[in-house]
Amino acid sequence: MKNWLNQHIQAIHIVLHKMRINLMSTLLICLVMGVTLCLPGLLYIVVSNLNDMAGAVKAEPQISVFLKLDASSTQIAAIDEELAQHAGVLSRRFVSRTEAWQELKAKSPITEGLNENPLPDAYFVQPKDVSPTAVDALKAEFQSYPGVELAQIDATWLKRLHALLGICEKAILILSAILGFAIIAIIGNTIRLQIVTQREEIEVSKLIGATDRFIRRPFLYAGTVYGVGGGIAALILINIIVSLFNFSITDFAKLYASDYKLSLLPLNIQLLLILFALSLGLLGSWLAVNQTMKKFNA
Amino acid sequence: MIKFDNVSKRYPSSDEILKNVSFEIDTGELVYVTGHSGAGKSTLLKLIAALERPTSGTVLINNQNVSKLKAAAVPYLRRKFGLVFQDHKLLYDRNCFENVALPLYINGVTGNEAAKRVRAALDKVGLLHKEKAMPITLSGGEQQRLAIARAVVSRPAILIADEPTGNLDAQYASDIMRIFDAFGHVGVTVIIATHDLNSIQANKKILQLQHGCLSTINTELAQQLRSTTNSETISTTHSTTTLSL
Repeated sequence: MKNWLNQHIQAIHIVLHKMRINLMSTLLICLVMGVTLCLPGLLYIVVSNLNDMAGAVKAEPQISVFLKLDASSTQIAAIDEELAQHAGVLSRRFVSRTEAWQELKAKSPITEGLNENPLPDAYFVQPKDVSPTAVDALKAEFQSYPGVELAQIDATWLKRLHALLGICEKAILILSAILGFAIIAIIGNTIRLQIVTQREEIEVSKLIGATDRFIRRPFLYAGTVYGVGGGIAALILINIIVSLFNFSITDFAKLYASDYKLSLLPLNIQLLLILFALSLGLLGSWLAVNQTMKKFNA
Repeated sequence: MIKFDNVSKRYPSSDEILKNVSFEIDTGELVYVTGHSGAGKSTLLKLIAALERPTSGTVLINNQNVSKLKAAAVPYLRRKFGLVFQDHKLLYDRNCFENVALPLYINGVTGNEAAKRVRAALDKVGLLHKEKAMPITLSGGEQQRLAIARAVVSRPAILIADEPTGNLDAQYASDIMRIFDAFGHVGVTVIIATHDLNSIQANKKILQLQHGCLSTINTELAQQLRSTTNSETISTTHSTTTLSL
């Protein structure tokens, strides 16, 4: 156990020592990773801030329930009863077809050619839960009541916004995946070059009894360190960029008497980003080590 | 300790380098492997040190059959040996201390314990004052001694040297042979491949290879060879010197 720990400490020592000697190239690799990783990070900030804004908007979606023209009074009473007792309904307002007709006639000349009232009775329902899925479910339920001609959600723009943000989230995932491959390639190539330059050392070590694991270990640690370094570099870049933007955004928001500003990445997302970078670094170096070591089978 | 039974070795697209070689080496013996160049000395040593596996026959080291050893177990077997390579195989990107420390690091020995043992090994070969020097600044004899220090630092039970005096003049050569002798005296099994019959001591076992076959295993032969070559050397001193130049 002590020996095992010793070997790992020793490998980390070797890696850090080599990185100190090649400090400039180590920092550059971390910076390349940082720049690559900060792109999806920034996009995430933009989308999550938009999401917050969308949540803050009091959209109050309303469901209009239009009844059939030939709905019987018992059916209307049943619907009224149903809506009154429904757990998802905050409030309801009944507008009879005659009321609506009067209202329309007063507002618009469109009714002039019409002899008969074409409008149905209607309920306007305020749901308790305003999330798009809940509103949707409610709408579908109302639609199924007997005597209902059409249930319709107003404020569909909110739904569209949410759909758009959903697309953005998917774009972030895809971008992260593509850039993830780029990072694996960067780290893999760096490690491969390191292995090649240390070929002599590896061969001698193998001749005098080094296990494959002993030889791999420093390279895997190097990849991991590059990953963590890249993750930290990305966070620093993101924070700098967001802070720079916030100067202008607070000025802009003041014009609207708002103290709005972009929020930074939450802590768990920051940790996740570093973890993501770490695993990419490890994966990249692991692939490089596996590929390159095959050539050194002494 | 080391037992070869009908061992043959052939590399892909080559003739047999070793043919049906059988012998035994006991613990603490000092053994010379001789023969003209290309007779298979290096291959024999590589088979002993588990750097190669035999094409046929069995190589037993401490009753372990090398041919049947799993790849993952080979490194642990190699650690039992101290190897001195014909071309030193020193690492020129680090100083003498770091070169000698490498086998210890591989064994997981680090820190003060490693430093103590590295200095002891350097002291044994008379290079203690050069621990910070880079190997490239050392003379040929010093590099060879550094390679020996690296071979013995992890206190191996078996020391194997391939032409350790190959490119050295007589003074350095006898220095180095004295170092090997000293290890032989403390119970280390020492196996030395050499074509330099002058460096062979009397009353030691000799494995003489000829075109891949073991022609003689003899202790008395040592004396014979020695006396004949000595007289030859004396008569041809002049020509050998010019040749080696």
